[in-house]
Amino acid sequence: MILKEQLISVIYQAIDEVNAVLPPDQQLEKSIHTVLFGESGKLDSLGLVNMIVTTEQKIEENFGIAITLADEKAMSQRNSPFRTVESLAEYIPQLITERQHA
Amino acid sequence: MPEQVMLITGSGKGIGKYLAEYYSAKGYRVIGCSRSEVDFKLDNYRHFCLDVSDEKKVKEMFAEINRSFGRLDILVNNAGIASMNHVLLTPLETVHKILNTNVVGTFLFCREAAKLMRKNKSGRIVNFATVATPLKLEGEAIYASSKAAVVSLTEVLARELAQFGITVNAVGPTPVKTDLIRSVPPQKIEDLIRRQAIPRLGEFRDISNVIDFFIRPESDFVTGAVIYLGGV
Repeated sequence: MILKEQLISVIYQAIDEVNAVLPPDQQLEKSIHTVLFGESGKLDSLGLVNMIVTTEQKIEENFGIAITLADEKAMSQRNSPFRTVESLAEYIPQLITERQHA
Repeated sequence: MPEQVMLITGSGKGIGKYLAEYYSAKGYRVIGCSRSEVDFKLDNYRHFCLDVSDEKKVKEMFAEINRSFGRLDILVNNAGIASMNHVLLTPLETVHKILNTNVVGTFLFCREAAKLMRKNKSGRIVNFATVATPLKLEGEAIYASSKAAVVSLTEVLARELAQFGITVNAVGPTPVKTDLIRSVPPQKIEDLIRRQAIPRLGEFRDISNVIDFFIRPESDFVTGAVIYLGGV
């Protein structure tokens, strides 16, 4: 069972990596309330792609689980799971559970 | 320069096997995959057994590549299947199989490879088209259509992945003596070859020659290109 705190820590690792290639005015804060996607978000579309893919890789590296974050369910949800760090951390366990039962 | 890591799909036989041998001999670290085990051993070669359209297996293989090598420099999307049939006699299952291997497989490998390549801000993807598409070959409706999709994929991904320093190109071989054309009547092959500017069967080296061009460091400004062999 992976704890939400562990996932937030992994997302912070991804933020560190993404920040390394972002200009100073687009740096992401390591907070659960940081907006990743949508209004008041700092990332442009390419930045969001980088953030999602980097998070996928960090999950694989930390937990040995290969998941696809941008699956059809995520893309069709009314409230995007990519909206904030917290919503992403809450969405990932669902994917991991589904993958383990696939 | 660190050892270059190259992934070749469909490396169990035919052109894929030749490419695995060719690039292994050139000093590349080659990773191959096919649906079954291979009957050969090569230096610097590692094989995975999988169906290229099985997302879970494909993702697991890329995770293993990341763990073992930490990088991927070149992807050669060679895996492909064909079926010669009149459209009125083409079973739907055949259509699904061809689209799954040729289109879904190519897409999946491009997507996962690009995720790895983007870490180094560089990468080369070479897809496989076919002269059957521009020649509008009768009897190859689904095969030619699937490869038309690969051409579109190549052209669009070239634009989407340019920002990561990844080039995406395609080689379009003429018929080469492999299992893929084993069931095609010799007269059909003869007729097809006559429609080429240079009327001969393709050789494996014709294909590796184009791949060599696409993957060389100097080709970092070449992307979205499709090179058809034989002057088609």
